[in-house]
Amino acid sequence: MRFITEFRRSDLAKGLIAQINQRSHAPARLMEFCGGHTVTIFKYGIRQTLPDNIEMVSGPGCPICVTANTDLDKAIALAKMPQVIIATFGDMLKVPGSHTTLQELKADGADVRIVYSALDAIAIAEGNPTSSIVFLGIGFETTAPTIAASVLQAEKKRISNYYVLSLHKLCPPVIRAILDSGEVEIHGLVCPGHVSVIIGSHPWDFIARDYGIPCVIAGFEPLDILQCVAMLVDQVESGRSEVEIAYRRGVRPEGNEEAIRLMEQVFEPGPAAWRGIGEVPDSGLKIRKEYQHFDAAIAFDIDPGQPYEPEGCICGDILRGIKTPPDCQLFGNACTPQYPVGPCMVSSEGTCSAYYNYGEGP
Amino acid sequence: MCLAIPALVKSIEDKEAEAEIGGITRRISLWLTPEAKVGDYVLIHTGYAISILDQEEAEETLKLFEEIASLGGEEV
Amino acid sequence: MGESEKFEKILLSHGSGGKLAHELVEKHFVRVFDNPLLARLDDSAVFTVSGRLAFTTDSYVVSPIFFPGGDIGKLAVCGTVNDLAMSGARPLCLSLSLIIEEGLPLSELETIVESIQSVAIEAGVTIVTGDTKVVNRGSADKIFINTAGIGIIPENVDISGSNAKPGDKVLLSGPIGDHGIAVLSQREGLSFTTRLESDCAPLNSLVAEMLNVSADIHCLRDPTRGGLATTLNELANQSTVSIRIEEEKVPVHEAVLAACEMLGLDPLYIANEGKLVAIVPAEDADKILRAMRRNRYGKEASLIGEVSANNPGRVVMKTRIGSSRIVDMLVGDPLPRIC
Repeated sequence: MRFITEFRRSDLAKGLIAQINQRSHAPARLMEFCGGHTVTIFKYGIRQTLPDNIEMVSGPGCPICVTANTDLDKAIALAKMPQVIIATFGDMLKVPGSHTTLQELKADGADVRIVYSALDAIAIAEGNPTSSIVFLGIGFETTAPTIAASVLQAEKKRISNYYVLSLHKLCPPVIRAILDSGEVEIHGLVCPGHVSVIIGSHPWDFIARDYGIPCVIAGFEPLDILQCVAMLVDQVESGRSEVEIAYRRGVRPEGNEEAIRLMEQVFEPGPAAWRGIGEVPDSGLKIRKEYQHFDAAIAFDIDPGQPYEPEGCICGDILRGIKTPPDCQLFGNACTPQYPVGPCMVSSEGTCSAYYNYGEGP
Repeated sequence: MCLAIPALVKSIEDKEAEAEIGGITRRISLWLTPEAKVGDYVLIHTGYAISILDQEEAEETLKLFEEIASLGGEEV
Repeated sequence: MGESEKFEKILLSHGSGGKLAHELVEKHFVRVFDNPLLARLDDSAVFTVSGRLAFTTDSYVVSPIFFPGGDIGKLAVCGTVNDLAMSGARPLCLSLSLIIEEGLPLSELETIVESIQSVAIEAGVTIVTGDTKVVNRGSADKIFINTAGIGIIPENVDISGSNAKPGDKVLLSGPIGDHGIAVLSQREGLSFTTRLESDCAPLNSLVAEMLNVSADIHCLRDPTRGGLATTLNELANQSTVSIRIEEEKVPVHEAVLAACEMLGLDPLYIANEGKLVAIVPAEDADKILRAMRRNRYGKEASLIGEVSANNPGRVVMKTRIGSSRIVDMLVGDPLPRIC
């Protein structure tokens, strides 16, 4: 597969690994923010290849993991309503809300359907005119423009039974919140590749400028991660802090202006609750008034009930990068992929899930 | 997050395209990349093209890796 | 022309044991499966067999019932034939039980029955007994099939999931993931088109040829639901050994890789219906591999790994870039994801 296979070549990986090991001396705690990066790092055993002075920690970049309990409870409340079809990305199916999951509700007869694209949800709306289709809008800035486009497409087709429950979140504000909390000292940031495809490189400037932390925007193949680490090491060793793009085949400094325009046409920033972090101002997306007839939060009287967080679950600390899964009492015994307690274990790119599934073999 | 994969645009109709990767074809939306042309590689995320892949940059990056590999050489 | 010919759909009466039911059985099953045991239509098929028997059963509920490369009928025969073959048995005969949802078009049933016979002929098995039930609309998803099968195991063949020994080699008969992805491509909400077909196939001839060159095969298993990863974990646990494989040695068709990339799935966990994993003594690995490659269902067979004693129960994979990672068993369904 073009532009994928070449970026997995083992001969080129060896070269990058050698360079990193030769040039890296200073301690470097590098945080990857994006769950997709976490998966690549674990899937390819990247940490094993790095020298001991480099430590990789995972941040809250898994949009599933950071979905607040209450938000999931809202989705579940909607699923229970008559004549409502929930359309969702597969990621959300098994995430525990306060009391249950969408998967369990589905087994009980709720109409919950997995889709690959918001366009599939629109097709369901067209095919089921007497039902209301609520699409669960999760994801960061990569996904939000696609949902915005779907709203505009639904409007163009005059579809009146398509709704979006916007649970979208924005990355830069939450990274700022984590850095401001001062809980974890990082020496470099692996910046999300596909979020940056949309928003470009400038939204990350404040990290290098105000916090003095090197940033490199990385792609998702193993060579991309290794290149990113090599570039971060270079910055750390030479005392620079800049925003650099490693993922040059996908990311332009100005981002995708059309995607940004569409996203801003349909959404505006609003407060959002991040699991384990709490409410971060202007870190979520709300549907604008002009499109409120597509807003599930307005169209339906949603009562999510009282939220309940399971005891012992430290997903919040793990999402903030101050603890790792082995630090959690529940990890591997009460909390496993078969019987997950918190979202970090459910999501295929959650930190706990990555640790559990991939481990690091002998 | 954000699985997006590179696929080749085979045909375009209005704001939609047929894109192909490894023998799989899928209908995708070009709402976010209206300037895409047949023959472009685009990054597809949830059925939408989010970016046109810069093939030159891709080649440059691989060339860079090859240089590093030929200089580095140490078996790790 | 009998009464059932006038009907285009299966009705509840077709399962009630009356005239309509008898016509259905005679015209559509006995006629097609064409063997003296079945034609007697006794309550049981009666025959003499001697030797060590292998006996297995499976139910098939795949949806959609027609998919690229096969249908539920073909799957039902291959699945049970393969389970017998995985014990080293030569499959003899099958039972066939159908639970049909009322309203199933007769033409679809006919296609499925032809499919069953076609694969049965290839595998050299006969359908000797069966049963048909018809249930109310909504009580079954078009058609469910159960097959049970009997086979005879040659003397001095001892194949079991607990026989793997440290030093053994792990062989895989061909590319993984075809079936699961072919079926997934038909599911609503995941629309993509591919020329990929299910790899559904009867593997008893492949196993027979392998046993011809070496009677000392330790384990055989077909990686169906849960994929190669789950099967290797099962074997590692049953034999209390660890298995180490190399990513680059595991064949995967490009279309499977592409679909997995698109949907966020891992080919290691995708179902196969025409592949087998063999664990064999190291000294026999080469000749068994060559025998596999001579068979139409083993042309792309590959040596993918080996068995060792440390860390029993663990499956480890050496990745493309040279590092290692654990390959765990599948938990639940592989769900397409965006992240």
